[in-house]
Amino acid sequence: MLKCLNAIIISSGLFFAAWSDAASSEKFGLGRLATQQEIKAWNIDIRPDGSGLPKGSGSVVTGEEIYLEQCASCHGEFGEAVGRWPALSGGEDTLKDDDPVKTVGSYWPYLSTVWDYVNRAMPFGNAQSLSVNDVYAVTAYILNLNDLVDDDFVLSRSNFKDIAMPNKGGFYNDDRKDTEIWSAREVCMSDCKKHVEITARARVLDVTPEQEAKRSGREQPTNKSKAETSQEASLAGENVKLLLRGEKVFNKCKSCHALGESAKHKIGPHLNGIFGKAAGQQTGFKRYSKSILLAGENGLIWDNRNLTEFLISPKKKVRGTKMVFVGLKKPEDIEAVIYYIRSADKE
Amino acid sequence: MKSNKNHSRRNFIIGGLAAGGSVVAGQALSAGDAAIIDKQPWSNELGDGVDVRPYGFPSKFVSNVKRRNVEWLTASTESSVNFTPIHELEGIITPNGLCFERHHAGIAEIDPTQYRFMINGLVEKELVFTLDDLKRFPRENKIYFLECAANGGMEWKGAQLNGCQFTHGMIHNVMYTGIPLKLILQEAGLKGNAKWILAEGADASAMTRSIPIEKVLQDCLVAFAMNGEALRPEQGYPVRLVVPGWEGNMWVKWLRRIEVGDQPWQHREETSKYTDLMQNGKARNFSWEMDAKSVITNPSPQAPLNHARGHTVISGIAWSGRGKVREVHVSLDGGKNWRKARIDGPSLDRSVHRFYYDFDWTGEELLIQSRAIDSIGYVQPTKDALRKVRGSNSIYHNNGIQTWHIRKNGEVENVEVS
Repeated sequence: MLKCLNAIIISSGLFFAAWSDAASSEKFGLGRLATQQEIKAWNIDIRPDGSGLPKGSGSVVTGEEIYLEQCASCHGEFGEAVGRWPALSGGEDTLKDDDPVKTVGSYWPYLSTVWDYVNRAMPFGNAQSLSVNDVYAVTAYILNLNDLVDDDFVLSRSNFKDIAMPNKGGFYNDDRKDTEIWSAREVCMSDCKKHVEITARARVLDVTPEQEAKRSGREQPTNKSKAETSQEASLAGENVKLLLRGEKVFNKCKSCHALGESAKHKIGPHLNGIFGKAAGQQTGFKRYSKSILLAGENGLIWDNRNLTEFLISPKKKVRGTKMVFVGLKKPEDIEAVIYYIRSADKE
Repeated sequence: MKSNKNHSRRNFIIGGLAAGGSVVAGQALSAGDAAIIDKQPWSNELGDGVDVRPYGFPSKFVSNVKRRNVEWLTASTESSVNFTPIHELEGIITPNGLCFERHHAGIAEIDPTQYRFMINGLVEKELVFTLDDLKRFPRENKIYFLECAANGGMEWKGAQLNGCQFTHGMIHNVMYTGIPLKLILQEAGLKGNAKWILAEGADASAMTRSIPIEKVLQDCLVAFAMNGEALRPEQGYPVRLVVPGWEGNMWVKWLRRIEVGDQPWQHREETSKYTDLMQNGKARNFSWEMDAKSVITNPSPQAPLNHARGHTVISGIAWSGRGKVREVHVSLDGGKNWRKARIDGPSLDRSVHRFYYDFDWTGEELLIQSRAIDSIGYVQPTKDALRKVRGSNSIYHNNGIQTWHIRKNGEVENVEVS
């Protein structure tokens, strides 16, 4: 009996030990050690002191080639920007103006920011696809567009810190607490001013998006993707698996091309009705390259074969196309995305 | 107070009867309202059973309550913003599906089984966690607002967008469930020279921001739930950073990595963007805290007054990145005279506050404004006062007092006043 009691005490002691208050202890024993390979895969950030920069180099000349192929469709051939995409060059001495132009040359304080951002986030829709040397080259070309380096310049890890950015001294730390706004603590409650006049009206500008009539009773909001919706209606003869795959592949296209009911032209034309049409024929799209227009005039029809060849390598199929896309490697992806593009025409 | 309540309730009933609102209060209709007399289908037929709506949506009659974007603002919807319909909301909590979106490379759809969270840099042990690992840390529940630093950024040069959804809708207020980042960093063990962290997202822009270590240890959360459910994909599923009171861009979504360092990284979002350009051509950086601010959400251009003169409720929201909102004042005459508004609902640190101002509208034109004062005594400035110290090119941190012009017919316009 006594032994038994002891056993209970001992076991309950163990029980309590396993219950020690975790919140008060420093460590929880969670997670595992990261491997050097894992850290290398994700730890790509660059700092102004150059730490994080990998070995490599790239010239203005190479950078121009890559830039024209992969960047110019949004940022403009000379970094001047297309539409509302960011300008990368120009804007010197405009920071005090009514309409300042903030570019790498006129505003960015550190070159490391350019290298880091091109490397981590560009090209838009195909991030982290450039090689180390390509990133050096594109960075060198952007410097060249801003007249900060000569045409024969080669950027590398060793000369990186020699580049002086024009607006490096243009920043200071948050000083809101030193302003009169911060210290204006008196609160007026009555007769605070004599006259009040309207000085500006939003309607004059008329830039507010239109709003549908209230309580229009439109259909239920839905989170379903197009493919999912079709999945339910698979009796319509849709190859749902192919459609789903195509929808996924189309994610690579959608930063430049829209598809479906409310599709509009973006950087590239919308793709509704493109299948079976001659190249360069989307109504209202004004930014076709000469090569695409010429190819259309010479009889290039976007049929299955031509689209497939174009999607394998756009620049091989139509030399001089502005379409910035390396191409699709897997035949299944190409089949799926063509099927997906065609599905928009069946609606 | 009680008689007031009865009064407004009676008005409500009669307003419903009248359809046009022209019936005198208290007077009965001779025949009766068809909405009452006639049998309605919903009182007669069976409705949807359970499981027809396994994840419920709002009534089809409120389908106009949704996020909206301003198409001309950005080049592509994948790197863009839309706006919370604050004129359609009540209380202080923003429903998950209405929290404004800001993406730099579209919504990352992350498979939670493939989700990993890494701590590296100036720590004793560089660690990797799965989502399940993270959920074994002690958790906290906190309600915080998230405001984009560029909220109101289109209004610096004058009244531009006609609706508080567009002028003030880059804000939401949500209860987060998360782990204090401090606990995760303790697990890795901070080195003595740890002064900054870099937070990085897993989306195709690999969003990064530098945050000083003091802030991180004070109150930053690694959140995995919002308003009781998993984060929405557009809000960073499965994990986002919560940086209470500080500009929304720092609340990195799809958070996959924290690097610990000894100096800021000066990445794109803290140099080229989110720096405030002043009149003299110099720019202020590291302006993280969100200043006290308020706006009247009803009436407002998208939500005009739909009744004739009589009892009217002005409703709005106020918040401060430096604490609670102590008081909100409302003016009906463009800032000549002010009255104290009533704050109702929870008053929490760095959370949205709801305020009301009830009054009898004479049917005359009004210039309505609201002004917030936070718990440290900071007073929300006028737009002109802000422009005086900043010029009109700073884009970010526009917390100036908003004016709505109410016409005799109840229509409302975004205006600025002298």
